Amino acid sequence: MKRNVAVIGGGQTRHAARRHDVNQVELVNEAVRAALLDARMTIDEIDTVLLGNMEFFEGCHMTDCWLADGLGAYGKPGLKITTGGTVGATIVSAGAHHVASGLFDTVLCVGFEKQEEGDTGAILSGVAHPLYGRSMAGAAVGYFAMMATSYMAAWGAREEHSAMVAVKARQNARKNEYAHLKLDITVQDALNSRMLAYPIRMLDMCPASNGACAVILADEKTAGDRCEKPVWIRAMDTAHNEQFELDWRDVTTRKPIFSKTSAARLYRQLGVSNPLDYFDVFEIYEPATWAEMVWYEDLGMCGPGEGFRMIEEGKTAMDGPHPVNPSGGVLSTNCIGASAMLRIWEAALQIRGDAGGHQVPGDVRRALATAYGGTNWTVLTALSRDLDD
Amino acid sequence: MSERVAIAGVAQTVFKPKRVDANYAELAYEAIEQVLDQCGLTIQDDIDNSITCSHDIWDGQTISNIGITDVAGGHLRNEEKMAMDGSTAVYYGAVGILSGAFECTLLLAHTKMSQTDRNIVNNDAFDPIYTRKLGLDYTSAAALQARRYMHRYGISPEQTAGVVVKNLGNAVDNPVAHNRGVFSVEDVLSSAVVADPIRRMDMAPDTDGAVAMILAGEDKARGITDTPVWITGIGTCYDAYYLGDRDLSECMALGRAAQRAYSMAGITNPRDQIDVIELGEEFSYQELLWLEGLGVCEPGGAAALLESGFTRRDGALPVNPSGGLLGGVPANVMGLNRVAEAALQVMGRADGHQVGGVKTALAQGHSGFCGQHHCVIVLQGGKEGR
Repeated sequence: MKRNVAVIGGGQTRHAARRHDVNQVELVNEAVRAALLDARMTIDEIDTVLLGNMEFFEGCHMTDCWLADGLGAYGKPGLKITTGGTVGATIVSAGAHHVASGLFDTVLCVGFEKQEEGDTGAILSGVAHPLYGRSMAGAAVGYFAMMATSYMAAWGAREEHSAMVAVKARQNARKNEYAHLKLDITVQDALNSRMLAYPIRMLDMCPASNGACAVILADEKTAGDRCEKPVWIRAMDTAHNEQFELDWRDVTTRKPIFSKTSAARLYRQLGVSNPLDYFDVFEIYEPATWAEMVWYEDLGMCGPGEGFRMIEEGKTAMDGPHPVNPSGGVLSTNCIGASAMLRIWEAALQIRGDAGGHQVPGDVRRALATAYGGTNWTVLTALSRDLDD
Repeated sequence: MSERVAIAGVAQTVFKPKRVDANYAELAYEAIEQVLDQCGLTIQDDIDNSITCSHDIWDGQTISNIGITDVAGGHLRNEEKMAMDGSTAVYYGAVGILSGAFECTLLLAHTKMSQTDRNIVNNDAFDPIYTRKLGLDYTSAAALQARRYMHRYGISPEQTAGVVVKNLGNAVDNPVAHNRGVFSVEDVLSSAVVADPIRRMDMAPDTDGAVAMILAGEDKARGITDTPVWITGIGTCYDAYYLGDRDLSECMALGRAAQRAYSMAGITNPRDQIDVIELGEEFSYQELLWLEGLGVCEPGGAAALLESGFTRRDGALPVNPSGGLLGGVPANVMGLNRVAEAALQVMGRADGHQVGGVKTALAQGHSGFCGQHHCVIVLQGGKEGR
């Protein structure tokens, strides 16, 4: 890109299953105000506002229009993009392009979902093709049940491994003041939770959260002038799988798929040979426990079939050698349009050393954030503390 | 890395009220295949970014770009859905190329309005708490805006009907338009009232179709075509949401979007410097109001311009020589069609509705009811693109 781009501020709402205290406009405004406060800016200093959200989840057409006032977009240039669960990262990517183009110095990026106003399961079933897939669509739970059984059959992982991921996420979330599911649970609790679709149990799935996230991006000069701890966007990559090829996930597939393809491209941009050596912390979009273990493998953090060993050995614990989702991740908070942006914002907080109770113990110079949505789509974002690192 | 962005190719399906023979992916592919063939490009070797434009609620599918990922070249690549009017997809595509991240971008807009009911879809654009229950939709909201505008400046129904007569007449020579014919002001005024003062003929009809476009950086564009159309100015702007928070006869957002585009393109006098305008008149009065917002004339002055013949296809500044949206263009596709028609004018490829000597063209699109969000694109060919 033509100009370097930094995250110079950000913020998020309190995430919860019920936010009856705010409407959608007020919800996004909570995140926008938090981001402006963090960046010590006023809305007048923002050049353009970009929104990510999926209109079906709230049953509102043209959400950007309704939310314009809450976003601070009145009288400003801006736009709205929808790419499913990836959209929070897509909006950051769009924001980075706006800054890099030289047309804008400061960009406010916002993602949100207020899922209580719709029926998430029904809406996710609407993802399936209206002619070929919808009559048997099982929403996200059905998809991840197939991924999980494939994983267990192929690699010999057990339900206990899934439970370990479930526990790690919710115990990490207890240290994150904004997280939705802050649960003091054990592996046994996870294994005893209600079965949704074998082997996916209640605690193996993300919640349906209400929440918003906002980040402010700026060019190098603005970042240098007014931000003490800018976090640099070093590389981003997007890859989508078309809808039928991966409509159930055979975890042993050797076909090029979205996650591996995107990771390979991102690592090539950065000159990364071993992601575990390069990145100090990972924020991964895991709508279900099994997806986290598959991400370890797809990102090359371990070999095929070794993801469940990583969780078993505690390698990705908050105080482990390669912390994954110290924030509690999507398993603890999933306000869909915000979730991918939260990964990036939480990764930036780790680099800044500002993650508070869930700051990882080691030095964080570089972080990787993933997004996950659509029919196996991703946006990967690599962040660093130093521009020339 | 490119300092300049060009439209290198444009393709449109024929617009029809109902395409039962094609689902929306098939419709999209019709336009995509045409534009790739025309430019001699393949998705695999040439396209590094795809931006699509539609809405879940029109398509009846959650995250509906899932339905066109394959045909739009999104598989294992970058594809993003602009959930706004198609003009903003051009804006965003240009930003991506200017950023240095992309060289050659495929833009697609598609909608089958025949799949659903526009009143239900547009009613969902009103907030669920205060205004949706009133039953407002884009048409009834537009009626409020038309009333306010016509009252403030003393514009008569005969004058807004003049826009319909001009545009449906222009559409006769546009091979992709379906709503066309030689009509009189009396014909328009005797069509059924839908929401006073808006009559059936004052509205863009329900339409199915798709538009595809190739944007490219300078070097790539010159390799594709001898007639690149340079995007020299872009601007967008949001107005307030609630109808009661705005004076609906004012064009704050359009004025600001235009000002951004003009200052990039070095336009200080749009009336003299622009050779043709393709703008988004979903309703007839909007052609007049938007011309004022674009600074072509003083507020309230557009009706007189129309009557003087200034905006006819053979006038000093032709407006919607294609027949505009009244000629029949689907929702969401509207803005990309506006830019496509403006680009065709600059390329000299506008078939029967070509205007002579077009060097600078302007396209405008809007999202939301009563034009809450506007997008303005200035296009220039040849030396003017410098």
